[in-house]
Amino acid sequence: MSNEEINGGDALIRALADENIDLIFGYPGGAALHIYDAIYKQNKVQHILVRHEQAAVHAADGYARATGKPGVALVTSGPGATNAITGIATAYMDSIPVVVISGQVASHLIGSDAFQETDMLGISRPIVKHSFLVQSAEEIPVVIKKAFHIATSGRPGPVVIDVPKNMTDPNYKFEYKYPKDLVMRSFPILGKGQDEKIAAAIELFRSAKKPVIYSGGGTIQADASKELTEFSKLIGCPVTNTLMGLGAFPGNDEQFIGMLGMHGTYEANMVMSEADLIFNVGARFDDRITNNPSKFGLEAKKIHIDSDPSSIDKIIGVDLAIEGDAKIVMQQLIEQVKSTGFDQSIYKDWWSKVEAWRKAHGLNHDMLQLKNEKDIILPQQVIQSLYQTTNGDAYVTSDVGQHQMFAAQYYKFKDPRKWINSGGLGTMGFGLPSAMGVKFAFPEADVACVTGEGSIQMCIQELSTCGQYGLPIKIVNLNNRALGMVKQWQDMQYGGRYSSISYEDSLPDFVKLAESFGHVGIKVEKLSELNDAMKESFAMKDKLVFLDVLVDPDEHVYPMLEAGGSMSEMRLSKDKKTF
Amino acid sequence: MASQISLLMENQPGALSRVIGLFSQRGYNIDSLSVAPTQDSTLSRLTMTTSESREVIQQILKQLYKLIDVVMVQDLKASEFISLEMALIKVSNKSEVISKIEKNYSSLEFSELDNKKEKTILRLIGDTDTLETLLVELNDDLIEVTRTGALGMTLGDVSLETEEETKVIY
Ligand SMILES: Cc1ncc(C[n+]2csc(CCOP(=O)(O)OP(=O)(O)O)c2C)c(N)n1
Ligand SMILES: [Mg+2]
Repeated sequence: MSNEEINGGDALIRALADENIDLIFGYPGGAALHIYDAIYKQNKVQHILVRHEQAAVHAADGYARATGKPGVALVTSGPGATNAITGIATAYMDSIPVVVISGQVASHLIGSDAFQETDMLGISRPIVKHSFLVQSAEEIPVVIKKAFHIATSGRPGPVVIDVPKNMTDPNYKFEYKYPKDLVMRSFPILGKGQDEKIAAAIELFRSAKKPVIYSGGGTIQADASKELTEFSKLIGCPVTNTLMGLGAFPGNDEQFIGMLGMHGTYEANMVMSEADLIFNVGARFDDRITNNPSKFGLEAKKIHIDSDPSSIDKIIGVDLAIEGDAKIVMQQLIEQVKSTGFDQSIYKDWWSKVEAWRKAHGLNHDMLQLKNEKDIILPQQVIQSLYQTTNGDAYVTSDVGQHQMFAAQYYKFKDPRKWINSGGLGTMGFGLPSAMGVKFAFPEADVACVTGEGSIQMCIQELSTCGQYGLPIKIVNLNNRALGMVKQWQDMQYGGRYSSISYEDSLPDFVKLAESFGHVGIKVEKLSELNDAMKESFAMKDKLVFLDVLVDPDEHVYPMLEAGGSMSEMRLSKDKKTF
Repeated sequence: MASQISLLMENQPGALSRVIGLFSQRGYNIDSLSVAPTQDSTLSRLTMTTSESREVIQQILKQLYKLIDVVMVQDLKASEFISLEMALIKVSNKSEVISKIEKNYSSLEFSELDNKKEKTILRLIGDTDTLETLLVELNDDLIEVTRTGALGMTLGDVSLETEEETKVIY
C-alpha cells in the first residue's frame, strides 16, 4: 500500500499518534494555527487547552513524572514560546522527558523581527537536552521520532521542536512515512556496568562498617526503584533518598532514615557525615545535599552510579564510578550479592548509632496527637492528616516553599513517581498544572496538590482548566499568610526584617475564588476540624476541592543545614543547633 | 601551555552555538577557537584552547560529548600531538620587522603576502606561545593582527574519528 499524501500539520499530529502520544497540553496562536487545524481533524491525539503556556509544560511534565512516558506541550511563537520557558527549565533541571513543540514565523521571515518572532532555539538552548528547527515539511516525522528518542533515552530531558509556519502549510503535501528506525551518530546509551566494578562495589560494602545508600531522582527515572529496594534489603544498611528520589525506597520502611540534605532528617544527615561508605545511585551530589562540598563525606569512600558520565566527579570526586543504567547496574549488584551472600550483622553497631540519632531528634510523625489551647494548626499536621486520609497512596504534587519541605518530610512516600515536585529549579507555580497532568494520566487515583498561598497564585488560572476538563484534584493550601520560606530565612539571617513577604490584606478569599470557577472551597482554621475537612474533601470524588488551611504563620522548617557547614551542622529548632 | 580540545560535530546550523553556549553557560573560558568543515562535509572540526585546570577540562570533555551535535571529542594533550596557528599581521616598517623575526624567531615560518603597498601583510605560522611572544615584542609596529587560533592533530595511529553509527530500531 502506498502512503497517502498529507500536509506538514497533519504529519506532525500523525507522527505524535504514531509515537503513542494521545494527550498534549497547549495553547493556540498564529504560528501554530495549521497544527491546530490538524488537531481538529482527527481524534487520536487529544488537546488540552490550558490557560497559560507555562502550565502546559508543567502539565506535560507532571504527566511524564507520574507515568514515565514523555509529556508533550504545544505553544505558538513569540509570547507562547517565551511563556513556556519556565516550564522547560523546570523539566531540564529535573531531567524530565518533555517534548515542546513551538510554532515559529515562516522561514523566510526568521530574523526579520516579524510579528511574534522570537529566537526560541536561542532562548531555550541552555535548558534543553536538544532542539530542532524544522527545515522542511518532509522531515517532520523524522524530527518527531528523534525528539522522542532523545528526550526519553539515557538521562532524559526536554526537547524543543521549533516549527516555522510554512512547514505546516496545508497546501503543501508529501508522502507520510513514519520511520521504523533511526540512525544517530555518536549517541551512546549506557547499559551495564563493568563486571569488575560491580564486584568491587560489593567488596566495599563488605569492608565498610558505616555505609549508607543514597538514592536520587535518577533511580526513579530509570524505573530502578524495585531493584534499589531489593538491593538495600540484601545489604541491610541505612537508606536515604533525596528530595527527587522520595518513594524509590518505601518511606514507611524501618530501614529508611528519611530524606537527606538541606531539610533532611537529623539521622540522615548524621549518617551522611559519619559514614565510611557512601553509595550514590542516580543522585548528583547537589549543593542542597552536600552543604559545603569541601566538608562533605571526608571519612567516606564513595561509589557513584549514573547514566550521565558528566555527573560523575563534577562536585565530589568518587572512588568507584559506575557509568550505566541504574536499573541494569542494580540488577547486576543484586546478582553479585546473591551469588556471594552477604552478612548484614556487620552493621549492627552502626544501626544502634543510627537508632540513637533517630530517637534523639527524628521527625515526630504523630503530631496530630498534639493539641494546643488555641486550636492552631501546624503545617506538619496538615501533611500528616493528608497522609492518613489517603493512606499514603495519593499522588502528591507540590509547589515551592515550606509546604513543599513539610510534604517531603511527613508524607512517607511508599512508591516511586508519586511525589511530583520541582526540585532542581524550585519553580513556584508548578504544583497545580503538574497535578493536572497526573490526574489526566490516572483519573481514578487521589491527586493532591500541596501548595502555599503564595505559590498557588502563580498558576491559579488553571482552576479554569480543571473546571473545563473536570479534574477533581484536591488542593491543600498551607496558608501561612506569607512567603514562608523567605520569611524563615529573614528570621534566621536578617534579624527578622521581613522584606516583601507579606501580602498585607490582599489575599483572596480562596473559598469564593474556587467557587467562582465551579469548584468546592473549604476553609479550615482549627486543628479540631482538620481531619474531618480533609476526609470530606477526598470523599468528594468528582469535585475539585480547594482546602484552604490556615496554619501557624511562625513555623519554621527543621532540621536545616547551616550554610557553609558540614552535613552534621544543623539547626534543629528555633533555639537548638548541633554546632 | 593551554590545553587543546578537538571535536567533530554535525555541520549544521545551531551546532556551533551549542558548543560555545556550553562554555559561557558553565563558566569555562576559551582562549581560542577555530572551526571548519572536514573531508566529510557533514562534519565540522573544531579546535579550542583553554587554560582551565585538569578537573575542569575533564568536565568540559564530558559536557561536550553529551551535546547531541557533538560526534566525538578529543583531549589532544592525552597523546603526542602537534599544534600550530597562523597569523596575518600588517606592518609599515617591513624590513625592521622581518629582521626581528629572523633574528629571534627562527621557529616561525613567515612570508610576505603583499609587497606592492607601503603597508605590508606578513603571514606567520608557528606555535601559539612563540607567536604571542613575537606579537608582544612587535606591539608598536603592528597595525592589524588576525589569527586563526591554534589547530592541532595527534600523531600516528591516534586520530579523531567518528564512532560507528548507532542504529535504533523500534
Ligand atoms: C517562581 C519563583 N519565584 C520565587 C521563588 C523564591 N521562593 C522560594 S519559596 C518562596 C515562598 C513561597 O511561598 P508560599 O508558596 O506561600 O509557600 P510557604 O513557604 O509559605 O509554604 C519564594 C518566594 C521561587 N522559588 N519561585
Ligand atoms: Mg505561604
